[in-house]
Amino acid sequence: MIRLRELRKSYVMAGRPLPVLKGIDLTIPTGELAAITGSSGSGKSTLLNVLGILDAYDSGSYELGDVLVKDLTEARAAELRNKYVGFVFQSFHLLPYKNATENVALPLYYAGIPRRERFRRANELLERVGLGDRADHLPNQLSGGQKQRVAIARSLVTNPRLLLADEPTGALDSATSKEIMDLLVEVNRAGTTVVVVTHESVVADRCPRRIRLVDGLIAEDQHS
Amino acid sequence: MIDAALEIFESLSRHGVRTVLTLLSVAWGTFVLVVLLGAGQGLSNTAGHEFRDDAVNSLWLYRGTTSRPWDGLPVGRSVTFTNADLPFLQARIPEIDHLTGRFYTWGGQQISANGRSSDFDVRSVHPDHQFLENTKVVKGRYLDELDIEEHRKVTVIGVPVAEFLFRGADPLGQWISVGGVPFRVVGVFDDDGGENETRMVYLPISTAQAAFGGYDRVHQVMFTIGDASVEESVRIEQEVRQLMSARKRFDPDDPRALRVRNNVEGYAQIVHILALLEAFVWLVGLGTMTAGLVGVSNILLVTVRERTGEIGLRKALGARPSSIVGSIVAEAVLLTGVAGYLGIVGGVACIALIKVGFPDNEYIRDPAVRLGPALAAGAILVVAGAIAGAAPAIRAASIRPVEALREGAQ
Ligand SMILES: Nc1ncnc2c1ncn2[C@@H]1O[C@H](COP(=O)(O)OP(=O)(O)O)[C@@H](O)[C@H]1O
Ligand SMILES: [Mg+2]
Repeated sequence: MIRLRELRKSYVMAGRPLPVLKGIDLTIPTGELAAITGSSGSGKSTLLNVLGILDAYDSGSYELGDVLVKDLTEARAAELRNKYVGFVFQSFHLLPYKNATENVALPLYYAGIPRRERFRRANELLERVGLGDRADHLPNQLSGGQKQRVAIARSLVTNPRLLLADEPTGALDSATSKEIMDLLVEVNRAGTTVVVVTHESVVADRCPRRIRLVDGLIAEDQHS
Repeated sequence: MIDAALEIFESLSRHGVRTVLTLLSVAWGTFVLVVLLGAGQGLSNTAGHEFRDDAVNSLWLYRGTTSRPWDGLPVGRSVTFTNADLPFLQARIPEIDHLTGRFYTWGGQQISANGRSSDFDVRSVHPDHQFLENTKVVKGRYLDELDIEEHRKVTVIGVPVAEFLFRGADPLGQWISVGGVPFRVVGVFDDDGGENETRMVYLPISTAQAAFGGYDRVHQVMFTIGDASVEESVRIEQEVRQLMSARKRFDPDDPRALRVRNNVEGYAQIVHILALLEAFVWLVGLGTMTAGLVGVSNILLVTVRERTGEIGLRKALGARPSSIVGSIVAEAVLLTGVAGYLGIVGGVACIALIKVGFPDNEYIRDPAVRLGPALAAGAILVVAGAIAGAAPAIRAASIRPVEALREGAQ
């Protein structure tokens, strides 16, 4: 599913390059549930953004499925994201003026799916994450856990092969965190490759594979 | 398409105050433009109205009094015209194509027939006068050369005169009395100049001179000069002055000895002034509209900044730059389009109200918004809307999702 070779990326800070990813070699097969851990500033989010085609890298290579992700136009990157990748963020990033169904349906709008079909599929997904009865609620009428469920439903609505979650439980209490992880495990069991960035060991321990980053390099790669 | 429209509508309704303010500013600009254009058209109509019944390619000569000594002669001499002046000018100025004199009988003449009688104006003229005044013969004929040569006692009377004297009966062949002298009606005429120009009768100049003791005197000489340009008309005017000053012995530079009304020049001046006026109106209207559009652009820029997170998220979920640009430009075009439409409708309504409220206004006559300018204003608005949307759209397209979505960035 994912194949990274010698991947490097640096940011330019005050005119000087600041290396963040210093040569990552990583293969994640289809169907895996992997956690990326590491201390703050170790480059977890940067790596996840590269995996999600949200950001470019400097050198090395990244293959997603059979696509070489390199030197893409913005339009092509948008298309690939829409088709192959679902995102879940720490702070949910739901549009506050859209109800749950409309939020979940948004990626389908950019996939060019007709309105009626969008809403049908969005409601199906809400049903799947256990929020069928909250379909017409606005985000501010939902609890944190419910918002993250809506976000997960949104990330799955285009049937992506890859789900990327950046600290999905970072804003939730431990009971709700467990529920969300239950859901991600369930999603993974249904066949989607899932990569979760986290610094919480409770969350990482739910993942069969744990990759630890230290200062832009893979320091540890555990399978259990 | 419908989806895109719904998205735009949603975005606009979410920013109600912003939308209304923007609408107002652009609508106001358009409204001002349309009203000014309409008023300008009214002024233009007024000018056209002033010239409506006269040939605009004409020079009119009026008698005067010398205000400068000349050739040993004192000031204060009358300069008059006679019948002989007409062939004199005709022979020397080849540009003349229609030429007529006018002879006035003093005051309104008592005109009567059928036991009815009233004062009407009398103009005694040559046949070419018809071209000078754009006289329209509605019945019978106008005066002709034979009438002049044979001093025929014939007359062409205005529609209201015919109505007054004959009450719908056919006036042709009937005799009327003009100041006691009988004239046979050979024609009935109408004139775009209205009552002022139709409550009168035309007589052959030769007959009138004989009947009313005018000898060979002529009060006014008028002629057309084909399609001469303004410059040519001014040159002809100078030529006439030279010729007449030599013939009548006055200083050719004496403005009071011979008065010339150059309609070519006058008309051209008015046309020029109106063109300037229209340009000014466009300038003011477009200026107001531009201010509105800059407002639109700024407000959209502010909202793009406000919505950085949202736009970043949409991109992460698969929105292409073109879709982001398209929706913002479409938003701007829709805003300005609707506002422009409101402004145009409001402006047209306002013009209509002016028309109803002041029907016989002598300054702004029949103000109207011509379809062309209204459509042009509309088209300009749509294009301008797209331009106004361009800057915010480009900014939105350049938003990088990674930065927009970074935790704490929103
Ligand atoms: N856009 C950016 N410009 C400059 N430096 C950045 C940018 N994004 C992240 N960094 C820096 O790169 C390093 C790694 O950041 P990040 O990948 O967010 O780490 P993590 O998610 O592991 O906390 C940090 O030192 C961070 O300050
Ligand atoms: Mg991070």
